[in-house]
Amino acid sequence: MRHLFKASLAVFFKDLRSELRTRYALNALLLFAASTAVAVSLGVGGFLGIQRDNEALLIQSALLWIALLFAALNGLARSFIHEEETRTTLGLRLAAPALAVYLGKFLFNLVLLVALDGVTSLLFIVFVHIEVGNVGLFVALMAAGNLCLATATTILAAIIARASFKGTLFAVLAFPLLVPPLIVAIQGTAPALAGAPWSTGYDALRALLAYAVATFVASLMLFRFVWDS
Amino acid sequence: MTNLQLDISDVSASYGARTVFHRISLTLRHGEVLVVSGANGSGKSTLLRVLCGLQKPADGTVRYCWNGTSHAPRDASHLIGWVSPDLSLYRELTGDENLRFFAAVRGLSLGADGIDGLMAQVGLGGRGSDRVSAYSSGMAHRLRYAYALLHHPPVLLLDEPTVTLDERGAGVVESIIEAQRQKGIAVVATNDPRELRYGDYVLTLGAG
Repeated sequence: MRHLFKASLAVFFKDLRSELRTRYALNALLLFAASTAVAVSLGVGGFLGIQRDNEALLIQSALLWIALLFAALNGLARSFIHEEETRTTLGLRLAAPALAVYLGKFLFNLVLLVALDGVTSLLFIVFVHIEVGNVGLFVALMAAGNLCLATATTILAAIIARASFKGTLFAVLAFPLLVPPLIVAIQGTAPALAGAPWSTGYDALRALLAYAVATFVASLMLFRFVWDS
Repeated sequence: MTNLQLDISDVSASYGARTVFHRISLTLRHGEVLVVSGANGSGKSTLLRVLCGLQKPADGTVRYCWNGTSHAPRDASHLIGWVSPDLSLYRELTGDENLRFFAAVRGLSLGADGIDGLMAQVGLGGRGSDRVSAYSSGMAHRLRYAYALLHHPPVLLLDEPTVTLDERGAGVVESIIEAQRQKGIAVVATNDPRELRYGDYVLTLGAG
């Protein structure tokens, strides 16, 4: 167990070091987030940000989560694809326990998503002028939503890394997996923007955490077969 | 002395409808070196991939018996060191960082001296802090040997062992193979006739 923990951290820090040197995923994620925030700002930011009715808050929430989803789809698959494209997978398969590879890459994707969340939320606050009424609930929902995105995209990335049409396959597989938690996250975040109390977000938080745990456990069981195939 | 045996039993491999090799059976014991030769496409690299568990055979079994315990290749990665032109290490990391990473995921605690010693053994002494992207193809191949020898494996599988290496590099490989006789067994896949001398046995695979 201790070896698994250390090996997972080794995979995580290796990916982090590689990413900081190559900016393989980071640039794509940040550029996508920035261009989405600017486009939304120029398109609807002038009137959407100042409105606080339920429909406007729901649209703000939807735009924020859609920006996060597409940035995540654009960048998070790359940790596995990069290993495959640079042909480092074989050495990793021989040396590392399969579970450590999954856990390390999951952690790396989660850290990337947290950074992306911070930047995207800030850009939306600045450019789209959204206001966060209940910061604690907003952060909790973002964290739970991130867990959902990271668990689902990590296992999907492992599945599609060796496929010929990676982009298409990733989008097709991601759609049914990511739409349910996305709907819950959008509907849960709108009251958080309005400044509603914590109790209004409990159902959404519970649903997102349940989804994340279920996907994570299924991924742990599935990953070895994906990795060894 | 450790007890090591590699049993290959009726192993076949194929890609789609094309059979690469059919029903290979042999046993290798501690201290023995097998050279696998044959033309391009005869299945040398495929056989080595099957032996290290990176590819499943179409038929047959491979077992490593190590101190009374039998392991399938996929569960014997701690016993196996694999060197191949197909093996790529992380180009954005330095040679030392690569070795430290692979030591960590294997659960080894290898200090700076251990890394330096390994780099010196493969002829990369003093170049450990350079990124792999700055290595020549020969240096990158030497680093593959460091990767393979990191955990002192009793089984060494070498695919095209001296490809891209200069004469000194070829000498390093020869000394590694000789040292492997003391540690366990080696399987060398090559189509260079000069390398047939490494083997106690030569298995020649037919083309196609």
